[in-house]
Amino acid sequence: MPIMADRPLNTFPKLLIHHAKVHASRPAMRHKDLGIWQSWTWAEVLEKVRGYAVGLHRLGLKRGETIAIVGANRPKLYWSVMAAQMLGAIPVPVYADAVAEELAYVLDHADVRFAAVEDQEQVDKILSVAAKVPKLTHLVYDEKRGLRDYDPARLRAIDDVIAAGRKALVDDPSVGRWLDDEIASGKGSDPSIMLYTSGTTGTSKGVVLTAERCIAAATDTVTFDKLTERDVALAYLPLAWVGDHYLNYAQGLVAGFCTACPESAETVMQDLREIGPSFYFAPPRILEQLLTSVMIRIEDAARPKRWLFHYFIGVARRYGETILNGEPTPLKGRLLYALGRILIYEPLKNVLGLSRVRVAYTAGEAIGPELFAFYRSLGLNLKQLYGQTEAFLYLTAHPDGAIYSDTVGPAAPNVDIRIAPDGEVQFKSPGMFTGYFKDAAKTAEAHTPDGYVKTGDAGFFDEKTGHLKIIDRVKDVGRLTDGTLFPPKYIENKLKFFPNIREVVAYGDHHDFVAVMLNIDLTAVGSWAERNNVVYGSYQELAGHPLVYDMLQRHVEEVNRSLAADKMTAGAQIKRFLILHKELDADDGELTRTQKVRRGFIAERYAPLITALYDGSTEADISTQVTFEDGRKGVISARVKIREAAWLPASPAMGQAA
Amino acid sequence: MRAPSGQEIAAGDVLLSLENVSLAFGGVKALSDVSFDIRKSEIRAIIGPNGAGKTSMLNVINGFYQPQLGRITFKGKARAKMRPDEAARGGIARTFQNVALFKGMSALDNIMAGRSLKMHRGFFWQLLRHGPAMKEEVEHRLFVEEIIEFLHIQHIRKVQVGRLPYGLQKRVELGRALAMEPDLLLLDEPMAGMNLEEKEDMSRFVLDVNDHFGTTIALIEHDMGVVMDLSDRVVVLDYGRKIADGTPDVVKADQAVIDAYLGVAH
Repeated sequence: MPIMADRPLNTFPKLLIHHAKVHASRPAMRHKDLGIWQSWTWAEVLEKVRGYAVGLHRLGLKRGETIAIVGANRPKLYWSVMAAQMLGAIPVPVYADAVAEELAYVLDHADVRFAAVEDQEQVDKILSVAAKVPKLTHLVYDEKRGLRDYDPARLRAIDDVIAAGRKALVDDPSVGRWLDDEIASGKGSDPSIMLYTSGTTGTSKGVVLTAERCIAAATDTVTFDKLTERDVALAYLPLAWVGDHYLNYAQGLVAGFCTACPESAETVMQDLREIGPSFYFAPPRILEQLLTSVMIRIEDAARPKRWLFHYFIGVARRYGETILNGEPTPLKGRLLYALGRILIYEPLKNVLGLSRVRVAYTAGEAIGPELFAFYRSLGLNLKQLYGQTEAFLYLTAHPDGAIYSDTVGPAAPNVDIRIAPDGEVQFKSPGMFTGYFKDAAKTAEAHTPDGYVKTGDAGFFDEKTGHLKIIDRVKDVGRLTDGTLFPPKYIENKLKFFPNIREVVAYGDHHDFVAVMLNIDLTAVGSWAERNNVVYGSYQELAGHPLVYDMLQRHVEEVNRSLAADKMTAGAQIKRFLILHKELDADDGELTRTQKVRRGFIAERYAPLITALYDGSTEADISTQVTFEDGRKGVISARVKIREAAWLPASPAMGQAA
Repeated sequence: MRAPSGQEIAAGDVLLSLENVSLAFGGVKALSDVSFDIRKSEIRAIIGPNGAGKTSMLNVINGFYQPQLGRITFKGKARAKMRPDEAARGGIARTFQNVALFKGMSALDNIMAGRSLKMHRGFFWQLLRHGPAMKEEVEHRLFVEEIIEFLHIQHIRKVQVGRLPYGLQKRVELGRALAMEPDLLLLDEPMAGMNLEEKEDMSRFVLDVNDHFGTTIALIEHDMGVVMDLSDRVVVLDYGRKIADGTPDVVKADQAVIDAYLGVAH
């Protein structure tokens, strides 16, 4: 990316102007609307955003103020971010599926006076908590439907705001000059965006990131992965998540690639297929869902197809990764793999929308080695990265050709990582945050005296590869009463690799043994039930079915076998388990908005079940409050059964020999 | 495009009126001496216990049955028995108690079928698939895509209707009726067999259709909660006779209605 000495491209609006000049007619953004992919070139986007910025300024948005962005990945919401940045205002994206109170907390904490939202649903949600957000005066919205009768003094359609701004620009040339000055006076050290953390540990904090740091970090990774204006990405992850802002917005504006927005949340799979992105990011959870849906469809396919699929997936397992890594492979393997590509891998990748993917990343959670190997063996260049909001995402990433499923790669370019004596990963990086909004105490807490940022994750550098390995959160790694190491996430992830298991919560710290609570995956277990004539009326009934218990018991025992194979983890085998009667849900506070389990909260909420897991009883009663999407509450009660799983001796091979 | 009508009817005016309508099948009296009207842009519910004559009423309204006695006025003109296609041309669209879609066709094609009355190019042009026929197709497709977006069914646009769950099939059927841009939309138990969430969705769509397109809606429904929340006015039938007519509050408090639904001690 060219940086001109006299006018450095140190803010996103300056980058936008740069692309509108250099790649004027290349697509900057696409959005499927009314069944057709609509496109905007960089020049067109600049036109719109300039109009939008003027329109927002006329409504009163000023430098340094904050504007909330609430909704799905839509061009107009991305433009809202750009327009706000043009004026020197700070966009604050908020999770669109946040319930009203969460939303109110963030809007109030961030002092927003403006909000750009997707549709009536979000408008209603914000208006319902208007009393708690006294500073908020203006709402602009993308989707006009249902909003005709709302108060026009407070609410405007984004289209109208843009139109008013463009008219002003046309009518009066001085307005354009004023806007140019506004953009030029934006400094790299100004806050560019404020991202609220998902709140894995308590209430969410506003992470302030500056423009020059965002751009520096994105420039490093764009170079690292050789992204250019010819790449295409599909933006389908929450706007408020650092990943979306980094991967799509920041990298898109640095590299000048095209960001495509899906038609709706339900059509992402089809849109992915139609767009055929070349840069793809998916958290392990989504890769897992994809694989599960493929497997279910294969189980329903005709016998010859099923055989063909399993045979060639076997071939891919054996040879796929060695071919992708450029290692020596026997000729027979190469030939079979080539045949498999024609018959299975390419068609499968096409169905999944991954045919043209050049670089794919996964992050957010540890990925099961077999899940990871599955995608790589198909020829997908899937890599892992590790990072967090405070670092503006990247800390480590796999370089092409050096990829291991159990590591997250070496430190990314210009990132300085060290391991503290207690095992915590600490870093200094080009994109690191400047502080938490209005919270100097928390900011100080997150830094070491010498300026490193604490991640809260425990990890170590692998001696063989030099890559970083993350085990768990520092505070979560525990010990059983006999001193055995207990890494909960390690165990949970092993279980979650089974398609039948959606979510796992493991307990063992300060206890005598490890016990787990399981969530079944309704899609996979439901399909299994259908094929095996298991009748059920509800999630709760299916979860409590004895045959389902039998099946999950086999999974748990298989995990025990793999834990027993390693001396370090043999003591952490699972002794007792239960299947929860309801799905863990972010609306009930059991998961974070990024779908991570909140172990401590769950322990409190399901205290009777935990007691029962450890006092030897075979069943326990539980009733929990649930929150529906519209905010109403209800109560679910159930009697949950608890089972014992077989324990294996530490070294089964030796045991047999004796 | 609106079907030619004698005069423009403003919101709130009477769109359709039935006066002393009686219908009998042999000795069975399905409707006897029923009178009520439907005003433009309102949501009118027709309720009643099983066998009260609700569906017969709907069939009379859309001209499928010709009552033996009584007068029906639609858009200011008295009406005779009509074939279903004539009713459709006249601006009446309906959905059915049990979904009646083309199961082997996609959701999109089903809704496009609702536009067929509005397509004017002949067989020859259609065969050519270029020029005017193509232009016409694109115009109609735009309208249909707006409906698809309106009903939030983008994700099933290309899915065969027979493979869809019931709640979605109902929505596609509503889409097809809307594609006709009807003056009067008849919904025969739009929520039957739905779970609570589907009912809530469907209720929202009915209200949105009424609000957004200004479509006059007459609906038959069993779920009293739904009826009371949705409709502007309710007419209650029992054994083919009208026993009450008015706003939901009035009807709910009416002793004859309570008796009809709960039974009377003899």
